[in-house]
Amino acid sequence: MLLIDCPYCGKRPEVEFHCGGEAHIARPETPAAVEDADWGSFLYYRTNPKGLHAERWLHGHGCGRWFNALRDTVSDAFVATYEMGRPRPDRDAASQPSNA
Amino acid sequence: MLEVNVARRAPALSPVVSQASVAIAQSAPQGRLAFRIRPAALAGRSDIDGFDLTGPINSRISAGEGDGAGRRTALRLGPDEWLLLVGADEVDERSEAIGAALSGAAFSLVDVSHRDVTFEVTGEGADVVINAGCPIDLSAKAFPVGSATRTLLGKAEIVLQRLGPDSFTVTSWRSFAPYVRGFLIEAARHPH
Repeated sequence: MLLIDCPYCGKRPEVEFHCGGEAHIARPETPAAVEDADWGSFLYYRTNPKGLHAERWLHGHGCGRWFNALRDTVSDAFVATYEMGRPRPDRDAASQPSNA
Repeated sequence: MLEVNVARRAPALSPVVSQASVAIAQSAPQGRLAFRIRPAALAGRSDIDGFDLTGPINSRISAGEGDGAGRRTALRLGPDEWLLLVGADEVDERSEAIGAALSGAAFSLVDVSHRDVTFEVTGEGADVVINAGCPIDLSAKAFPVGSATRTLLGKAEIVLQRLGPDSFTVTSWRSFAPYVRGFLIEAARHPH
């Protein structure tokens, strides 16, 4: 079973987690001032990269905390996990997976 | 706080069952308090009304005298979340004492005694029985005595404690209790 390295609990099985979509998407400060196209982009458009992807994950059946993870969308390897509010770590896809 | 909590009752389950070397028994009624506070709001205090809150995440610290009433057990389930175990008849007393000890701080303390049911799984091979439906590593190194965590058993969310090398408790929501109990009995009946 795939192990995910929760920043609070350590390595735990994948079934305890839930993915919450792409990370680091900031809601505009003043939504009323945003153009329709930009608002549509904020709501619906995601990067969908091949390779490293920063995602939000919830350890729902564990500590109950959200955190961010860098996951390789090709190999499904979790390269890094980090707490909410921290910047995206500077890693490349060849980095050692955090759950190795 | 409700004066009379009519929901504080155990589910209607048939009596204790023992299979092979692993025994599965329903615990006596217990007081449970869901306690949440930001660690910063504790302001370095380690002891709130006798509960030791200093343990690392996913650990269990039991303080106090004796086995029954008076023991105060704190299960740290997350960075800011504890499950406090007290005697079944001292929930209101403890709630008021914790509230008084933390006056001025922002916290949440909810009586969930009636929400959960606890099963004791004891005997040689108890870890194998639980691992039949629980995916976490229950080896002595990864989940030593004194560990406690929220996890899954089959399709039900549980809080798992390790009290001894071959002694666990499995706590689930009351509505999941017949499923959890049946799951454990089946697992004990068909060891692998």
